[in-house]
Amino acid sequence: MIPEIGHFALILALLVALVQGSFPIIGAARGNAVWMGLARPAARAQFLLISVAFLCLAYAFATMDYSVTYVASNSNSKLPLQYRIAAVWGGHEGSLLLWAMILSIWTVAVSFFSKHLPDAMRARILGVMGLISIGFLLFMLTVSNPFERLIPAAMDGRDLNPLLQDPGMVFHPPMLYMGYVGFSVAFAFAIAALLGGELDAAWARWSRPWTTLAWVFLTTGIMAGSNWAYYELGWGGWWFWDAVENASFMPWLVGTALIHSLAVTEKRGSFKAWTVLLAICAFSLSLLGTFLVRSGVLTSVHAFATDPRRGLFILAFLVVVIGGSLALFAWRAPTIARGGKFDVVSRESFLLANNVLLAVAAISVLFGTLYPLFLDALGLGKISVGPPYFDTVFAPLMTPALFLMGIGPIARWKQAALPELAQRLRWAFGVSAATAIILPLLLGHWTPMIGLGLFLAFWIFGTSVNLIYQRLGGSEQPLAARVRSTSRSWWGMVIAHLGIAVFTLGVTIVKGFESEIAVRMQTGDVAHLAGFDFTFEGVTAIDGPNYTASRGQIRITKHGVERTVLTPEKRVYTVQNMPMTEAGISPSIIHDLYASLGEPLDNGAWSVRIYHKPMVEWIWVGCLMMAFGGLLALSDKRYRLRKRTI
Amino acid sequence: MKRFLLPLVIFLIVVGFLGVGLNLDPREVPSPLVGKPAPAFNLPRLDDPEKKISNKDMLGQVWLFNVWASWCGACREEHPLLVALSKSGAVPLYGMDYKDTRQEAQQWLDMGGNPYVASAVDADGRVGIDYGVYGVPETYVIDRAGVIAYKQIGPVTEEVLRDKILPLVKRLQAQ
Repeated sequence: MIPEIGHFALILALLVALVQGSFPIIGAARGNAVWMGLARPAARAQFLLISVAFLCLAYAFATMDYSVTYVASNSNSKLPLQYRIAAVWGGHEGSLLLWAMILSIWTVAVSFFSKHLPDAMRARILGVMGLISIGFLLFMLTVSNPFERLIPAAMDGRDLNPLLQDPGMVFHPPMLYMGYVGFSVAFAFAIAALLGGELDAAWARWSRPWTTLAWVFLTTGIMAGSNWAYYELGWGGWWFWDAVENASFMPWLVGTALIHSLAVTEKRGSFKAWTVLLAICAFSLSLLGTFLVRSGVLTSVHAFATDPRRGLFILAFLVVVIGGSLALFAWRAPTIARGGKFDVVSRESFLLANNVLLAVAAISVLFGTLYPLFLDALGLGKISVGPPYFDTVFAPLMTPALFLMGIGPIARWKQAALPELAQRLRWAFGVSAATAIILPLLLGHWTPMIGLGLFLAFWIFGTSVNLIYQRLGGSEQPLAARVRSTSRSWWGMVIAHLGIAVFTLGVTIVKGFESEIAVRMQTGDVAHLAGFDFTFEGVTAIDGPNYTASRGQIRITKHGVERTVLTPEKRVYTVQNMPMTEAGISPSIIHDLYASLGEPLDNGAWSVRIYHKPMVEWIWVGCLMMAFGGLLALSDKRYRLRKRTI
Repeated sequence: MKRFLLPLVIFLIVVGFLGVGLNLDPREVPSPLVGKPAPAFNLPRLDDPEKKISNKDMLGQVWLFNVWASWCGACREEHPLLVALSKSGAVPLYGMDYKDTRQEAQQWLDMGGNPYVASAVDADGRVGIDYGVYGVPETYVIDRAGVIAYKQIGPVTEEVLRDKILPLVKRLQAQ
């Protein structure tokens, strides 16, 4: 019964979405207040209906209802409750329902926090979000129904993929989807501006907090995915340029360009066409990512069910949404694209360069991701594109972008003087160059890449410190007052940029100085890495709720003093008979010590991989700082809602 | 004005490729051995472990080389087709029992019928490595000179037999 209620709720939601997607937009074009007024109640009704559907599916999982095909494919009676709930989004159909659910959350949020928007704009924004919802609901109801029944019901389920039975799994997809779907708000704002034929600074100020919030979620989601891969896959890697990782990274790159472009549009009224195009592209890349991982078009470790019919539906949806919005852009952009002039050396020009670099980076990643498909479609053979291409292309694009990050915040709007900038920046330049040369030599190993990475990281540190000093120093006012009088928006920028520096430092040190060994170890054997001694103390058999495991014990000592004990495991999840590695990790701010079990060899020995990963945690701390900076920036008081004065 | 059309044009080109891509299978890896001589092997026979069978024995005729195993589910799908093919006499079928045990392999043939003139036993899979076997079943069409003309990955179906394998065999036999 409950699954049928969920199914019916989705059908009703589709009908509501049809209303929400049509009447308000037509009403805005005609000035019909009644039709425009349908938007908000429709958005709220849709939220309620989709929530009901979601809760019904969660209920089916919680109560182990194996008469529902999707539950039977992704759950099991021995699966612990928290993973049974997370299994709701563990497969294709359920993750679509999560997508629709999150879209309805963003829509209803916009419907509540939009009193200050003109009626026509609000109607168009909610209308566009309704149109997107129609697509996802239709997709679910036609070829991807999570509520499909299995008759006769299965005795037990096929279990959730063991790779997904982890706390990170509970967290990573919802965060990521909040980001992807959140860009639909920026998209809807952009379409509303194109439809309405005007775009001003107020429009930019309204759409900035929404865009920044989506960006924060996406940053957190990508970070969670990378961290999860690091501790779950057992090989110490944290980024593989896999198709699905790229699918999340491209919207992030474009989204970063978008939040910077919005700043220019808000403050100077320039970059209007850029901002609208970036908003359309960010969301389009989110949708494209959805297509890539569900259509079977690319191989990926992450790919969902590969059914060409589903692929065809999503492709048609992409053509309608993205093609339609780009066509609208081509038609209407000329009417909105009038902006202020600026000098070759000015904050605007640095931000323009930033836009271009990030956009080109996103296009390069897209090109690399799709290149195997292009070649295969043209009959030119089968290849795969991996880190060699991406690393080669990405670093040269990011280097100037990171360098400009130090200069942009100091440069004046409209017209900046190069000599003055050089003067202010020489101290930071000197410190960065010196560190880049000296530090690696102190650590024992210098390469151009390490030097470059350190230079950029310390450049951003140095220029940020300089910036803070200039803002807070040298005045009669007490420090606390100066801090408080500086806007949260500014602090957010500084913290987010520092986050990038922290991230860059972490990546440079880890890639430059990490080490690993793979050894055959018997009980009592000692391996040595990076000055530490790893004593293998054997393996015990243990039983988990739905798996059996061999748990190894590795004692880490340094000069005879015990530091910690690692317990890596090799699990076999009984239902799918699938082996899994759980790495043993000892994290700290300076380094991670990481061990994972390989295979059991003869005579009770095991193959063991041991890694020393210096400063790897800085990668994720840097991402969290970026996200925190974004949150701080969007809580700035200029975005607090005021009563709209007529 | 024109430059605003650029994003749309680029998008439509990409969509064209994506559409074509829906009909392709990125996991299908074509064999680099097509057009090259079949790798040599000299393995014990399934029916008589004392005797050996080698690829040289088949020189001068066109033959099908089918990699199978008793533990392979998909092999069951194609087996009736292979039995029918062997009865028709269109082309001789030789099998390779891949990473299997003799007893179970023989039982499997007893139950389902034996379409093979003879089967080689590749117990540890080394010959499979030479042939680039990465899934079972796989079938090779080998010509009179011992060169691999075609590799079928996965079970042989009616369509593949009718549209690809039999016409190719006829052409090679006419040479």
